[in-house]
Amino acid sequence: METTVAQIQTIPLQYYILFCSALFSIGVIGVLAKRNALVIFMSVELMLNSANLLLTAFSAYRNDPAGQIFVFFIMVVAAAEVAIGLALLVVVYRSTKTIDINALDRLKW
Amino acid sequence: MELISILLLVLPLLGFLTIGLLSKQMNRNLSGRLASAVIFVNLVFSAILFGFVASSNSTIEIPLFDWIKFADISIPFALTIDRLSALMLMIINGVGLLIHIYSIGYMKEDEGVNRFFAYLNLFIFFMLILVLSSNYLMLFIGWEGVGLCSYLLIGFWFKDHANNDAAKKAFIINRIGDLGFLLGIFLLYSTFKTLSISEIAAKASLMPSGDMTLFFITFCLFIGATGKSAQIPLFTWLPDAMAGPTPVSALIHAATMVTAGIYLIARSSVLFVLSPVTMNIILVVGATTALVGGLIAIYQNDIKKILAYSTVSQLGFLFMALGLGSFSGAMFHLTTHAFFKALLFLEAGSVIHALSGEQDIRNMGGLRKKIPFTFALFIIGTIAISGIPPFAGFFSKEVILTAAYEHGLGMGIIATVISLMTTIYMFRLLFVVFFKSESKALKANHHVHESPKVMTYPMAVLAILSMVAGFVQLPKLFSETQGFDNFLTPIFEKSNSLVAASEHGLDVQTEWLVFLVPLFIIAALIFISYKRFVTEKELTEPTGLAKVLAGKFYFDEIYAFLIVKPLGFISDLFREFVDQTIINGLVNSVGNGTLFAGKRLRRLQTGNVGFYLTIMVLSVIAILFFNIIL
Repeated sequence: METTVAQIQTIPLQYYILFCSALFSIGVIGVLAKRNALVIFMSVELMLNSANLLLTAFSAYRNDPAGQIFVFFIMVVAAAEVAIGLALLVVVYRSTKTIDINALDRLKW
Repeated sequence: MELISILLLVLPLLGFLTIGLLSKQMNRNLSGRLASAVIFVNLVFSAILFGFVASSNSTIEIPLFDWIKFADISIPFALTIDRLSALMLMIINGVGLLIHIYSIGYMKEDEGVNRFFAYLNLFIFFMLILVLSSNYLMLFIGWEGVGLCSYLLIGFWFKDHANNDAAKKAFIINRIGDLGFLLGIFLLYSTFKTLSISEIAAKASLMPSGDMTLFFITFCLFIGATGKSAQIPLFTWLPDAMAGPTPVSALIHAATMVTAGIYLIARSSVLFVLSPVTMNIILVVGATTALVGGLIAIYQNDIKKILAYSTVSQLGFLFMALGLGSFSGAMFHLTTHAFFKALLFLEAGSVIHALSGEQDIRNMGGLRKKIPFTFALFIIGTIAISGIPPFAGFFSKEVILTAAYEHGLGMGIIATVISLMTTIYMFRLLFVVFFKSESKALKANHHVHESPKVMTYPMAVLAILSMVAGFVQLPKLFSETQGFDNFLTPIFEKSNSLVAASEHGLDVQTEWLVFLVPLFIIAALIFISYKRFVTEKELTEPTGLAKVLAGKFYFDEIYAFLIVKPLGFISDLFREFVDQTIINGLVNSVGNGTLFAGKRLRRLQTGNVGFYLTIMVLSVIAILFFNIIL
């Protein structure tokens, strides 16, 4: 275990932070800029996973397993959320025959 | 005795509550009889108390309950019955009873008759509180209460707006006087730390004459009396108050309510004799009011207005008596005035009833053949009020005239002139209504009938009283019968002792002159009036100086211009500018602002999911930013 951790620690922490920030930003841009609902879901997953990666990295650097345990929680939540989201998407598709999010504009003032 | 006094006070209140609460269901004939029965019982009780106080010369003090009690302020609800109160009790309940009985006949056809008797009983209740109270604050309750009842009764026929205006005028002008009374009460408390009348009299008698505090106290109390007893400048409500039913005018404005001011001053006689400046003010105001009232009365054409201005004039005369220090003389004239003024008002009501509502004397004439009984009583009333012996008015006026002449020749002449004016306007009234040839309007009216017994019997009783009531106090010229003075001596001896030993009385020749000369002038005036009013054709329109008198010295117009118009202007200003523009604007702008914000803010609801997502992301960034940076 220590060797894995030691190997991970050879890469400076800043790289991990930068990388995860980049992933997160890509996810955010995906959420904001895409019209396909499935792609938006994927981007949300991407954001969640970037957070997971960062947590793991910190857990390794500080030798604290709590970070990785938290990652498990996040994965559970992500899975549940995807299940519900896709179910919602199926219902929306059945009523509007499209998965373009701009089709859902009836709650306008 | 205590029980009788408490019952005396409570019975009219119960009468009011019973008749008032059941007024819709009660039988129309029952309310009058019930109300009169209450006052009859009251009269019996008053007689018992009167006899007791007269024979034993003691004062009954009855504390009822603690009313205001905190810190070191203690004002109880307590009754005091001494000779002055007992006298007022007899007047109020006696004249009140006669007027209740009269009203049974007068108000028979009116639909609001139950309400009328409820109000009459309430009035008697408040007047009794006023007269029986042992401290000034309780007296003020009675004072305000009779003001309220006079408002209710003047505006009794409330469907006619003119009556409502008259009632409001009475109440508001009264209120102005009440401000003075309240200030007086405050000053009394701060000076003497008590409001009990007897305690104040005891403490005040130790103070020097002419003390400044006493001057202010008595001046404020006098302002209160001015409002209630219709002196200049607060008298304009009394003629307007004739809008109410005639029994109301008789009871309230002739016999009881307007005498409240005089009662107040008589009660506080100790305070007043110690401020000679106030006494002089009272004297001057009283004399002016008496003159003005008398002058206006000569040119009025409405039967009730003539009597109203006559009341104003007589009240001025009473205040003159108070100003001269003749307290028991004032009470004597108050008593006889109650009798003959109530008699005259009831007779006026009888005439109006006989002519089915006509009140203008220019439309009357020759009534002596048509309503002979009323005519006979009217003669008695007129003679009594003019001060012709041997009727009551002469004796009471004699006391006051003597006091005036003792004060000085000038004041005596003024007082005599005032008495003579009474002769002029009363005999004018008598001659025009009863002796003159019938006016055209009267000839058309075939339905002139004498009043029923229920109305004429009370008048007859009052007539008898007007004839004999004077004999209790004959002029010092003739005999030592000074019944009234002696009766009220215990009341006024403290105040009389504080005045410097009274100046020499009049010498015998002057007294004879004072007695005889007015009689000759009265006879001459009666003769001139007869020639002027009975023989000539029509009453002419007044011109020149007479026009000012007929216009009531334009008091109402002056008040309207000086006071009512500016107040109306300020009121309109506040309504338009402050209320409509500013306050409404503020309230409306709150609503308008909400609508405006809503219009703008709802544009956020675009329905566009992408837009929502963008806002979400930006919000999170903002929160993070503000949490970390700030």
